[in-house]
Amino acid sequence: MTRITLNVNGADTQLDAPDDMPLLWALRDLMGLTGSKYGCGIGQCGACTVHLNGAPVRSCLVPVSQVSGQAITTIEGLTEDGALHALQQAWIERDVAQCGYCQSGQIMSAAALLQSNAKPTDADIDAAMAGNYCRCGTYIRIREAIHAAAMSFDATAAKGAQS
Amino acid sequence: MKSDNKMDATLSLGNQPSRRDFLKISGVMGGGLVLAATAPGWAQGTPNLVGGGELNAYVQIKPDGSIVIYSGAPEMGQGIATSLPMIVAEEMGADWDDVVVEQTPEVNSERYGRQSTGGSYTVYLNWQLMREMGATAREMLISAAAIVMELPREELKAEDSRVRHLLSDRSRSFAELAALAQEQPMPAKTDLVFRAREDYRILGTSKSQVDSLAIVTGQGDFGIDTRVPDMLYGSYTKCPAVGGKIVEANIGDIKSLPGVVDAYIIKGNGNVRELSDGVGIVGTSTWAVFAARKSLQIVWDESQASKDSWTDFADFAAKQGDTGAKVLYEEGAVDEALADPSNTVISSFYEYPYLSHLCLEPMNCTAHFRPGKAGAKDHIEMWLPTQSGPGFKKLAQEHYGLAADQFTIHVKRMGGSFGRRTSGEYMCEAIELSKLSGRPVKLTWSREDSMRHDYFREGGFCRLRGAMSADGKLAAWEEHTIGAAVGSEPSRWTGVRAGSFPIATSANARGSLTTFRMDTPSGPWRAPFSNTHAFVSQCFIHELAEAAGRDHVELLVEMMGEPRWLEPDNFRSMNTQRAIGVIKLAAEKGGWGRVMPSGHGLGIAFYFCHAAHVAELAEVSVDAQGKVTVHKVTAAVDVGPIINRSGALNQVQGSIIDGYSAMAGQQITMENGRIQQTNLDQYPVLRIDAAPQVDVHFIESDFDPTGLGEPGLPPLAPAVANAIYAATGKRVRKMPLIADGFRV
Ligand code: FES
Ligand code: FES
Repeated sequence: MTRITLNVNGADTQLDAPDDMPLLWALRDLMGLTGSKYGCGIGQCGACTVHLNGAPVRSCLVPVSQVSGQAITTIEGLTEDGALHALQQAWIERDVAQCGYCQSGQIMSAAALLQSNAKPTDADIDAAMAGNYCRCGTYIRIREAIHAAAMSFDATAAKGAQS
Repeated sequence: MKSDNKMDATLSLGNQPSRRDFLKISGVMGGGLVLAATAPGWAQGTPNLVGGGELNAYVQIKPDGSIVIYSGAPEMGQGIATSLPMIVAEEMGADWDDVVVEQTPEVNSERYGRQSTGGSYTVYLNWQLMREMGATAREMLISAAAIVMELPREELKAEDSRVRHLLSDRSRSFAELAALAQEQPMPAKTDLVFRAREDYRILGTSKSQVDSLAIVTGQGDFGIDTRVPDMLYGSYTKCPAVGGKIVEANIGDIKSLPGVVDAYIIKGNGNVRELSDGVGIVGTSTWAVFAARKSLQIVWDESQASKDSWTDFADFAAKQGDTGAKVLYEEGAVDEALADPSNTVISSFYEYPYLSHLCLEPMNCTAHFRPGKAGAKDHIEMWLPTQSGPGFKKLAQEHYGLAADQFTIHVKRMGGSFGRRTSGEYMCEAIELSKLSGRPVKLTWSREDSMRHDYFREGGFCRLRGAMSADGKLAAWEEHTIGAAVGSEPSRWTGVRAGSFPIATSANARGSLTTFRMDTPSGPWRAPFSNTHAFVSQCFIHELAEAAGRDHVELLVEMMGEPRWLEPDNFRSMNTQRAIGVIKLAAEKGGWGRVMPSGHGLGIAFYFCHAAHVAELAEVSVDAQGKVTVHKVTAAVDVGPIINRSGALNQVQGSIIDGYSAMAGQQITMENGRIQQTNLDQYPVLRIDAAPQVDVHFIESDFDPTGLGEPGLPPLAPAVANAIYAATGKRVRKMPLIADGFRV
């Protein structure tokens, strides 16, 4: 057991956790942030995806001791200034989810993609999202929703430029 | 459902949500109301109600105008928690934006009717009840309005959550009328008049799932997310070969590991669907108990355990002839047609593997066993992901010898089920751990547990023979399934079905079965039976068409014959006219008959199951290295009127992608009773880059609606296999594709 400071969604939390405990279980069991999901535990499904310093990581593979003090964002922290992220909005409007279990991971991977590439092509989406499995087969809508969110970013930016 | 961006987003930032948003997000019950008219038992006369606005077991109107509609059927991604309340809201005249859907708060079939889901049957079975619930509420609201507004009932109409006067602009909101409405006599069931289809304002439109906001903000409350005070985390380790008995284990060592609270050797009752021998570990986190398992050393007695071998099964199947020992269906003169020298006769052998359910949310259950003290009875409270609350409750009652009133069951949203969460051993294991530890325990199966101890879609083999007459007509059909018998009984999901296509439409047809003993448990997997039978039968029809030089679509249409229900008066049986409708539509929309570039091909397949008629046309290319790309699938679907257009489309798209995922790469094998694939690194699944474009067309015939969780899946594999043949000249008679010389 080590005392660790985790910076999650902008706030510091002190935790006592075994060094080798994956971040996923610290988030879910010790902090009660259950939005990040356990699907495989071996980095193959993407359900546990969170951002570490802005980059997508599989939290089931990251030992909690290695991320002490670094900026972690989970699905619970994706909203900004009281508004849903454009991706969350697009996901609702396009009714992407079926069972919904993979979707926090899908959205976190997509959010990281849009962060680095505001106008992704289908090929960019394939490359960024291939690590996120969806058993229910919602890939078509995931793709549409990412494009829609990218467009709405664009629209917001255009509006900002006009005013 | 409203999803107001700004307001909803405040939730995750810790501000106080408004009451309605709180309801939407957390599904918390509005309390205080007691007793409702039962469903489907139907209380006559004025129900004895206290408080405001509860109109029947499914509908409550809150003073703030929100309309709570219960969803009785468990949600697993099939969209039922949205589609059933849409039916209620439509009949009632509710504005969908006012609707808050909540899971029924208890497992109580007398009050709520059938609280189970499966077989793509839930919409069909609840269609009438949901319409009755909505129409009853509407009539009671109109009665209340007639009193308040001093107007005749005939001049009043319910819409947009108001009762309006047709001859003036006067109206009253449902919220204003609720208290008085609940005192109005409940109309007799036989007096209810349902809305005409052309007047629908909600049914047939697209609604985002009622839990969409919760899901995208990480608040989706799945079983695995359960947290209750004083809770421990649990794991349960069973013999890798099903049926193994525990001899000893180093639980002393385990108990001393960090985060472990206790460990137990548990003796099962020999029933794999209840409780198998195992080691239970409880600890302070899921990780603690998962990590502790790595140090477990268990001695198993495997004398009674499964020795299953897929290789042995395959060797056995390869030796079987054209007709099996058990003839389950025979009609007409099959042997004569097969022996007739003027007919063209061909024969083929097909193979399909075992599959895992692979629900992305692993099996889990949280249980709290409270021993009765001072004469009080024992009580079990559970947070339970299941397709059938009543079924699991019955199992727990019988297993523990308890009465119905000794349970509190919270049915949780499921991260996929596809038939898997119909078997309740994970519930028994959780109860056991709580009983032993004296605390609530959340049992979580690892991915490896979930794959190893699944109730698999069973693999099998089929030998087919067919005769085509000189004028190109189907003269005889024979199918011989070599399938698994689990223990000594042939499995429910293998064999021959009299109502299946093409047996049911053929004048000369025979179906037989030979079984091979497998101890590996099997169970329903999305469109059970149909998901393998469609592959073998609809590929073989294409083979016959080729052999006779016939166009596949023309042959399919011809095989349907006269317009009719195959079982007279059974509106859930296949209807040849509906079949022809979807076959022609898929062919037309998918561009059947187009000349394709080299290496590209089109394939089509029709299948009927779950009262749904579906045809799919696949457009495929295969490169020189054998890499298959499915570019596009066009589906034509007749399930009657569509309830939620968005949900229906999602189900068909998902079934097609899931069907291709299974067909492309998935295979479970076993040797010496051990399942050889235990995680995603050994079990390839389809990723977004290989997902085809999907184009769906609904024929909204006037028959009662039925569900779409399954029927979109079976035609996919034969459509793709037939397209691969068209592209390459190579027949696909074996799934998955990667085991048959292809790459995906
Ligand atoms: S749980 Fe982390 S990738 Fe699957
Ligand atoms: S929505 Fe069910 S796994 Fe993706």
